[in-house]
Amino acid sequence: MTTLEFKDVSKKYRVRGSGELLALDKVSFTLTSGQTIALVGQSGSGKSTIAKILTQLERVSSGDVLLDGTPIPTWGRPLRRYRQTVRMVFQDPFASLNPAHTIRHHIERPLRLDKVVPADQVEEEVFRLLTRVRLSPEQTIDRRPHELSGGQRQRVAIARALASRPALLIADEPVSMLDVSIRLEVLNLLAELQREANLGVLYITHDLATARHFSDEIMVLHHGKVVESGKADDVILRPQHAYTQALRNASPDPEKHFAAPTTTPGAIS
Amino acid sequence: MTSDDLLTVSQFSVSYDVTPPVQAVRDVSLAVRRGEILGLAGESGCGKTTLAYAIQRLLKPPAVITSGSAVFHDESGEDFDINTMDEAQMRAFRWEKASMVFQGAMNALNPIITIGAQLQDVFSTHRPAMKRAERRLESGRLLDLVGVGSNRLRSYPHELSGGMRQRVMIAMALALKPQLMIMDEPTTALDVLVQREIIEQISELRAEFGFSVIFITHDLPLLLEISDRIAVMREGRIVEIDTARTLYENPTHDYTRRLLASFPSLTGERGGFVRRPDDPARAAEAGSIR
Repeated sequence: MTTLEFKDVSKKYRVRGSGELLALDKVSFTLTSGQTIALVGQSGSGKSTIAKILTQLERVSSGDVLLDGTPIPTWGRPLRRYRQTVRMVFQDPFASLNPAHTIRHHIERPLRLDKVVPADQVEEEVFRLLTRVRLSPEQTIDRRPHELSGGQRQRVAIARALASRPALLIADEPVSMLDVSIRLEVLNLLAELQREANLGVLYITHDLATARHFSDEIMVLHHGKVVESGKADDVILRPQHAYTQALRNASPDPEKHFAAPTTTPGAIS
Repeated sequence: MTSDDLLTVSQFSVSYDVTPPVQAVRDVSLAVRRGEILGLAGESGCGKTTLAYAIQRLLKPPAVITSGSAVFHDESGEDFDINTMDEAQMRAFRWEKASMVFQGAMNALNPIITIGAQLQDVFSTHRPAMKRAERRLESGRLLDLVGVGSNRLRSYPHELSGGMRQRVMIAMALALKPQLMIMDEPTTALDVLVQREIIEQISELRAEFGFSVIFITHDLPLLLEISDRIAVMREGRIVEIDTARTLYENPTHDYTRRLLASFPSLTGERGGFVRRPDDPARAAEAGSIR
């Protein structure tokens, strides 16, 4: 059981000319193994800043980030060990894989660096991971990223993230760059892996519909503040905060739209 | 063909003449009615953007229109065949009769020229008789119309947010009161609140001016809410075209059903399978894990 805790975390960015930008304002939440939390909000709300702090690509300005009660390391070997525990899947599967390297290389690297399995079992483990994300190892292992589709690439990114057997996974808009017909496949795969490995998942998205169906809880971020959080269905079906209501009403909802007796195209239904 | 139709596309095909040739648009026939919003849905590579560009004859080699015709029925009663117009006629036709809002407003505006000057360009090209003061007045009026405000005439694109830049593009597309506006993913890069504002704006402007819109996107839930009719495209063909409601309630083509199933419902139960793929009934309904 792993618990990651954000405690009153604030993050300021220095902006040239206009002083400081408060990207996160006293954000607190807890993510534990086996739990999926969706983080929703508009662009600029601070979603990605949270991901960057969790992976220590950014430092906090104030507040604490605790892993099982102890502050997360900020440098050196302890940081590397921490990053084995908390892994990330990025939005853009075109940019997050190195075009010069084969799929084998991408998945081998964390296995070797983190010594997840003995050296003579690395090949076997790469096969296992690729099979696990429903890629054919024989057909993909010696290819380079450009030879794969967007969905296949994102599966490679997921396999790579799982290679070092993390306890928590940060998925920052993992499907928004994929074609619509394969988005659910990838999300379903993530959900399945999450259950199987009892992962804690932070699903960062602007898509309220998938947030609702994919997560146990939803946190709504607005101007760096958590304005509402709770059970996924409660937040979407019975939003309390005006901002959550605005977000929900702005999201397309054909089911509700066509349920209304008369509909005007473009009108908020 | 009736007088209600603004644009008639028949048996239209476009190929990219590379080796091997790629048939991007295959034998597409459709009519855009006067004053309607026609949604064009499909995934990347299905040919929807190629079709939109072809209608404006904006394609460059190696793209070739291999067959078919696209005829624009002007409100004056005159017909324009897009395949047979010469370059000068085509230049006059574009923007005057049919304008376009491109995907990614940030790239479509010139970063080193004020938006006022870019708007006034439209008038100096298409309305050479217009006086400078009139041009400025008209540009300001357009910015007011789309909610950017005429006080932003002297702003540069980088001084505006993404949503505002997209509105400037819409203002520009409206400048000559065209009868057809083609919008290619106009709101995809924007977040939902801004998207909703812009969609409502388009809807209001259409009610006011009565132009037709071809709205291209892969976002089917959005299309269902804003379109009168929707054409679903796949591998260059239109697999289904119907009113938004019929398409939503009684889709006849498998691909349409699959696309619809790709979007879990926001407030309804539909799409709950994401959290419960272990429930075989729901997983089968989704057909999503293969």
